Amino acid sequence: MSDITSQSLFELTSNIKEKKLSSEEITKAFINRAEKSRKLNVYVTDNFEKAIDQSKKFDSNPNLDFKLPGIPIAVKDLFCTNGVRTTAGSKILNNFVPTYESTVTQNLWSQGAILLGKLNCDEFAMGSSNETSFFGNVQNPVGENLVPGGSSGGSSAAVAANLTPVTIGTDTGGSIRQPASFTGTVGLKPTYGSCSRYGIVAFASSLDQAGPMTKNVRDCSMLLEVISSFDQKDSTSIDYKRNYYSKELSKDIKGKKIGIPKEYRVDNMPDEIEQLWKNGISYAKDCGAEIIDISLPHTNYALPTYYIVAPAEASSNLARYDGVKYGFRSPGQNLIEMYEKTRSEGFGDEVKRRIMIGTYVLSSGYYDAYYLKAQKVRQLIKKDFDDAFSKVDAILTPSTPSSAFKIGEKTNDPVSMYLNDIFTVPINLAGLPGISIPAGKDKNNYPLGLQVIGKPFDEQNILNISYALEDKINFKNDISDWWLSE
Amino acid sequence: MSIDLKTVKHISKLARISINDEKANKLKGDLNNIFEFIEKLNELNTDNVQALTSIAETTLRFRKDEIKSENIREKILKNSPDENKDFFVVPKVVE
Repeated sequence: MSDITSQSLFELTSNIKEKKLSSEEITKAFINRAEKSRKLNVYVTDNFEKAIDQSKKFDSNPNLDFKLPGIPIAVKDLFCTNGVRTTAGSKILNNFVPTYESTVTQNLWSQGAILLGKLNCDEFAMGSSNETSFFGNVQNPVGENLVPGGSSGGSSAAVAANLTPVTIGTDTGGSIRQPASFTGTVGLKPTYGSCSRYGIVAFASSLDQAGPMTKNVRDCSMLLEVISSFDQKDSTSIDYKRNYYSKELSKDIKGKKIGIPKEYRVDNMPDEIEQLWKNGISYAKDCGAEIIDISLPHTNYALPTYYIVAPAEASSNLARYDGVKYGFRSPGQNLIEMYEKTRSEGFGDEVKRRIMIGTYVLSSGYYDAYYLKAQKVRQLIKKDFDDAFSKVDAILTPSTPSSAFKIGEKTNDPVSMYLNDIFTVPINLAGLPGISIPAGKDKNNYPLGLQVIGKPFDEQNILNISYALEDKINFKNDISDWWLSE
Repeated sequence: MSIDLKTVKHISKLARISINDEKANKLKGDLNNIFEFIEKLNELNTDNVQALTSIAETTLRFRKDEIKSENIREKILKNSPDENKDFFVVPKVVE
């Protein structure tokens, strides 16, 4: 049997079900490795002691019908966990201990999973490199001083470094798919309305979705099956029949029509990414898929639209952090001064920047020019996809315009940081499902991803296409464990 | 269009975030760069386009107005930065 922590979710659950491994053995193996991996800074809060207790409890009376029987899982620190500190990577929630559980994490525990701890992320999920976290940046296990992507950077690093078998992240403009691409892992953003937003610290409510981050496509299908559910507690949750994604997973994609949007061929895109995309296209053809050139004419307007819509929603959502009922408070002579000092000291620079953008575009006299304009362009972007999906079953693009960059390389230029999400943002604006799978490496040996975009609620189709491509690509993430300490 | 220092200060007031002059100047630069990038949207004519307000094309569900959680006062006050028995405490509001 291979080393416990390098096993996939599928292997671990099989080994538990066949009684070859106990939950305690698995849990301790991940904890042991985490203790030697402090240098990566993936954990904001660990839950190791309780996790061991829970694993023993599971082993004493194992329910093997569960989909995640006794499997330890660390999650992004944006999911509220009952009794376990939840910070959203922010000073303002540094001491916040929720008294309730998010629906998607509850779905994990209801299927037998055990909480390992809470993973680092950009503050309020605002960032593409995990550098805006109050708890410091995360190291990408792929190479020293590289960012792991963001905002789910602790999550992507933890999966790539074998510190959790799988994890869940959240994706508002690419926060699952971009870090997955940067770390050689798989990340899926489901259709808007598939996974409940209840108990997830809100960033931009019309865009936020939780989703699985895993080592491979099969694990991704297994985890999606657990977390996707209709929930009365989220007013935008959609009641539809969800697939048994893992059971219906198939490499047979013969006859599937896959669209290639010409607008994703952007200026200054490295040749390696162009080549990666070509390889993906030829693999899809080898699998019997039909390749069709398509156009998504408003692609270039997606990022500017996103940088109005997301900050506008964020400025409204983050109005609740006022130092009154929970979170950090800075005292003031009067109520207004207390609000202003609390928010000034409690939020980091990027969060403040976005609140300021959002406040401005929603302010009197500017609402029509910015916010309403952006909502109209969002309609055009959605229509591009509607038109494309009348001709094709799925769309194949690169996940990101570059591989992982150095820590500190882009922190002084917000716009260049935002450009990271150029291929992922349109999918959130249109509410579609998208998955990033590792597809190759650049000249520095850093991973690169391909993105498969689907019709609403057609997660099964993009999983199947990814499963077929994964087989052909045969990606190996040779990580050297350079960060391990004794 | 460019955002001046006075506007930055005004927005910070609206957002209830106090900023000093140095930060305000830095923010002015950042915001102008970001808005320059956002202005690209003006290339598009959207006169006859309906605004997209919700991606989920459903009307919001109605539910019965029922109390589902009781005796949660302690839970609600648990994370309070400053409490006094059953209340949240804030600086004096009414003289």
